[in-house]
Amino acid sequence: MNEMNDERFRQMLKRAMAPMPDAELKRDLWPRMLRRLDERPAHVPWLDLALLALLAILCMTFPGVIPGLLYNL
Amino acid sequence: MELLERFMRGEPEAFETLFRQHQAEVYGWIVRIVRNPALAEDLTTETFWRIYRAHARFDPARSFGAWARRIATNAALDHLKSASNEVELPSDVRAPAQPDSGAQAEMHAAITSAFRALPATLQVAATLSLVEERSQEEISEALGISTGAVKSRVFRATRLLRRKLQRMGFEP
Repeated sequence: MNEMNDERFRQMLKRAMAPMPDAELKRDLWPRMLRRLDERPAHVPWLDLALLALLAILCMTFPGVIPGLLYNL
Repeated sequence: MELLERFMRGEPEAFETLFRQHQAEVYGWIVRIVRNPALAEDLTTETFWRIYRAHARFDPARSFGAWARRIATNAALDHLKSASNEVELPSDVRAPAQPDSGAQAEMHAAITSAFRALPATLQVAATLSLVEERSQEEISEALGISTGAVKSRVFRATRLLRRKLQRMGFEP
C-alpha cells in the first residue's frame, strides 16, 4: 500500500515537474569560457612581492641607499 | 603525453580540448537539475572555471567525466542554495503535455512550489532520483555521498513534500 502510494506520488511529481524538453546544448560555450578566463584578476607574481619586501627592508636598514636608488630609477 | 596529464599540468590547449569534449555532457547534467537552459549555460561555464582552477588536484587515473559531473553538481547545488528563496518556476520550463483540469493545475503548481522550497540538497537528490530516474549509484557519485545517504535524502524530500502539500490542503 505504502509502495503504491509512493509510486503514485512519484508519478504526480513527474507530471508536475515536466521533464526538460531538450537537454542538448544549442551552442558552443567556449567563447563564453574564454571571456571568463580573461576576467581573471591580474595577480602579482610572488617573486615581485619578495623583491619589493627585500627593497623595503634594505631601505629601512640602510637609509643611506635611498638617494642612490632614487638616482638610478 | 596523455591529454589528462597535460590538463593536470595546466596546459591551456588540453583544457580547451576537454572543454569541447565534455561541455555538452556537463550542460545536460546541470540542466536536468536546475531545469532552466540559460542558467544551465551559466553554470556550465562556472563548472569549467572551477575545473580550470582545480587542474592540479585532478588525478589523471580517474574519469574526467565523473569528476566534472561532481563539480557540476556542486555548482548547481551552490546556485540552488543561494536562490533558495526563489520559489517560482523558470519561465522556459515546458508545461505538462496533457491539458490540466483546474484542480490538477492547482495541484501541479502546489507541488512545484513545495518542491522549489525544499532544501537544495534534498531538491537535487529528489530531482535526479524521482523526476529524472537516475540510478542511486550515479547520484551518489555525482553528490559524493553514499547510496544510503541518497536514499535518505530522497526519503526526507518525499516526506517534506507530502507534509507541505498537506499543509496547503492537498492530499498527495
